[in-house]
Amino acid sequence: MSVKTKVMEIIAEQAVLDVKDVTPEKTLQELGIDSLGLVESIFAIEEAFDIQVPFNANDPHAGEFDVSSVASVVQAVENLVAAQSQ
Amino acid sequence: MKRVVITGQGSINALGNTVPETLEAMREGRCGIGPLDIRDVDRLSIQIGGQVRGYDPEARFNRQQIALYDRFTQFTLLAAEEAITQSGLTFAGELAATSGVVLGTAGGGVNTWDDNYRTVYEDGKNRVHPFVVPKLMNNAAASHVSMRYNLKGPSFTVATACSSSNHAMGQAFQLIRCGAAKAMVTGGSESMLCFGGIKAWEGLRVMSRDACRPFSANRNGMVQGEGAALFVFEEYEHARARGADILAEVIGFAMTSDASDIVMPSKQGAARAIQGAVTDARIPLDAVGYINAHGTGTAANDKTECAAVADVFGAHADRLMISSTKSMHGHVIGGTGAIELLACIMAVRDGVIAPTIGYEEPDPECALDVVPNTARDAHVEVCLSNAFAFGGLNAVLALKRI
Repeated sequence: MSVKTKVMEIIAEQAVLDVKDVTPEKTLQELGIDSLGLVESIFAIEEAFDIQVPFNANDPHAGEFDVSSVASVVQAVENLVAAQSQ
Repeated sequence: MKRVVITGQGSINALGNTVPETLEAMREGRCGIGPLDIRDVDRLSIQIGGQVRGYDPEARFNRQQIALYDRFTQFTLLAAEEAITQSGLTFAGELAATSGVVLGTAGGGVNTWDDNYRTVYEDGKNRVHPFVVPKLMNNAAASHVSMRYNLKGPSFTVATACSSSNHAMGQAFQLIRCGAAKAMVTGGSESMLCFGGIKAWEGLRVMSRDACRPFSANRNGMVQGEGAALFVFEEYEHARARGADILAEVIGFAMTSDASDIVMPSKQGAARAIQGAVTDARIPLDAVGYINAHGTGTAANDKTECAAVADVFGAHADRLMISSTKSMHGHVIGGTGAIELLACIMAVRDGVIAPTIGYEEPDPECALDVVPNTARDAHVEVCLSNAFAFGGLNAVLALKRI
């Protein structure tokens, strides 16, 4: 399973949506994921890929982990997974 | 209704092992937050805290006592000794029967849980010390205070996360005010700076890795502290008749529930608690000169709290001072309101306002006088102490100069 598919599955589960409704351009907010849901999604991503996601809920948009859209989260996870395997 | 005054105070926390040491650090704007010295700290992503330093339990308690006293109980007993000694009260006869102890703690004996889970899960042992339960229970500290000082009246422990101490002190206040108690030992204690305690908090992603900077635009989260503060609340006429040194008067208390979210604060819930304390104290809003803020240093709390203060006080919000001493001692969770009451008493009694240290950049969403970085001399008649807990449970106390 690709990183993208897995991340979309995690987001879909958190948003209680069908995975086909999770499209790359959507923001997590549009999908109904609040701040607590975001923290839980990131935990699920860390567990799924065995990575450490740099994320501080006090400033979700700071740092290199971009949570502005589904696509940006997928990209950020791909970067972390790539960095991990180096 | 009886009047309620404070006749003793005691504390141990990251700023000092006594109240005078703590107040000196607050006046100097000293930071008690630093690298954590705990087991497995290298496996934590958050490695700072407001830890009580240079503390040797064996210098203060004997072996049998340590077997029964979790660190939060030890802190409680040390603070109780200082407070009750200062009050000059001895509890015997009728006074003992009508005096009790109400304390706040969120986690109780967290170190005891942590140590013993290690024993059974990590070390694989099938036996733990026989006193684990009486050592870890949330009411252990209150019970040991009652036993040591012969307090036989209303006694219990309150657990409302970060508001625990304020709720506890509010209960003590109301018990004396309505005539159900003559004197109450009250306050709170917390000690969760251990691997499991910090690890749990890390999960929420609200902790700062470098500093607690309440109200500052570049704040990036809370920093945990540990310690205890205890007070002797006493019925005014009783205190006056025996010529006690009165530190301050407790004049109001209010509690509200947001009934909305398990972690996000609500402006309305906070504002109702602040307004409620002022109403309960029967004072005009503009009598309030200082507010000891909940001021955790998280993005959400600080802007919500400032908005609540602005809503309640209107134009007067720009004239009062509001500071967060968590910047110095850290967030002592269930004990924090008690440690912060020390700053409130200092404000009305000594005319010294403890600063918000670590303040670097103004935040338009926290545009109040936050007494940045340096303590200030000011005459304050009335001050408030805010506490807004996870779970939306809010408790605000009002103190008056006497």
